[in-house]
Amino acid sequence: MRTDISVTVNGEPWLLTVEPSDVLLETLRSKVGVKSPKIGCERGDCGSCTVLLDGHTVRSCLVLSVEVDGHEVVTIEGLNDEGLTQLQQFFVDMNSFQCGFCAPGIVLAAAELLDENSEPTRADVQEAIGGNLCRCTGYDPIIDAVLAAAGAGRGTQ
Amino acid sequence: MTIAQVFDYQRPKTLDEAVQLLAEHGGDVRVLAGGTDLVAWLRDDAVAPDLLVDIKHIEGLREIVDLGDALSIGSLVTFADVLNSDLVESRLPIISEMSATVASTGIRNRATLIGNICSAVPSCDAGPPLLVHGAIVHTFGPAGSRQISIDDWFLGPRQTALTVGEIVTKVVVPIPPGGHGAAYVRLSRYEGEDLAQASVAILAPADHRFRIAFGAVAATPLRARRIESLLEGRAITPDLIAAAIALVPEEISPITDMRASKEFRMRMSEVMLQRGLRASVERLEGNGPSYGTNLM
Repeated sequence: MRTDISVTVNGEPWLLTVEPSDVLLETLRSKVGVKSPKIGCERGDCGSCTVLLDGHTVRSCLVLSVEVDGHEVVTIEGLNDEGLTQLQQFFVDMNSFQCGFCAPGIVLAAAELLDENSEPTRADVQEAIGGNLCRCTGYDPIIDAVLAAAGAGRGTQ
Repeated sequence: MTIAQVFDYQRPKTLDEAVQLLAEHGGDVRVLAGGTDLVAWLRDDAVAPDLLVDIKHIEGLREIVDLGDALSIGSLVTFADVLNSDLVESRLPIISEMSATVASTGIRNRATLIGNICSAVPSCDAGPPLLVHGAIVHTFGPAGSRQISIDDWFLGPRQTALTVGEIVTKVVVPIPPGGHGAAYVRLSRYEGEDLAQASVAILAPADHRFRIAFGAVAATPLRARRIESLLEGRAITPDLIAAAIALVPEEISPITDMRASKEFRMRMSEVMLQRGLRASVERLEGNGPSYGTNLM
């Protein structure tokens, strides 16, 4: 039973035809062409497919495309109209990532944290990215950058 | 990996409409709320429905209501909603403490507390705290409304007392009169995205009629009634704690799986009971560790 859905992705309205079994992660990558949500574990454990759904992080591998009809999805491509956010710039400047596979998910998880808590502790940052696996860095340079972004003011702007 | 199944999807606006859809399709229909279990199960072919009924567009199910001597938690209330609720934090702090241990933010933003007990895996975090509070599960179906005691809810792994055609609307969680302390102690391999290897919930009301429930150490979350009887009305002393711990092997039947051995689960359940008992009594008396403190 194909269904038409309308969804806003990174500020752009999209009208998409999907099957009930289509998963948001695949729809974003194959139909919308947004490649930053990564295909990792596909069972909600690794966080690499994280997107913002109506402003909150969700696992796009665990959301059906039909469920986002009428909703707003943001990936890192849509975080900022003009280049990198301050938070992303800190990640770059502090060399936080190595292979980068986890970066889109971690950027969004950290952006959501800073949206809700402008003065996070190290433990707050660890908790916020607790569902995002990174196999390269040992997390410390990532956490340092989030704390630096928070310390520099608003991390998401 | 895509979902290699074909099914329909409906998005009813009312409970009546939802129940009618369920009735028309019989056993091959699944209710979809947060989907964090269901979508993974669809991908694994662990379930094979003809139809998903998405209840997220039914009004009134995403509410936490203060009933005075209880809180009502609607079936669309997510773990993130619970953590954002001052009402839950002040009246049912163990529910907040438990919710903070569930997976991670990206899951908690989507996963519902009631979905957790409907999935009913043995390690479900919501089970033990609802058991110690004597929660009542409210359902709606073709025969009208039902109220099911949480004690009668869990029938086996992924099996509940919910019958075909019924939807859970809310869970009503009683709050003991006269203040209480409680603790949810959870063992996992690491913080973040891991299921509980073992868990225990303890409720210490003012009259010391303790309630204790374990998770992930039997086919379902379960009350430890022998230990409750032993402790009833008594002051918690080191000797009494030792006697309670000695009863743990009679209460639980852990298995060995990829996350822990049965011996480890058994021994750690004893340790967790001891720490949780102390913390809940201290919290009752107003001098315990703050809720959310990791006791493991």
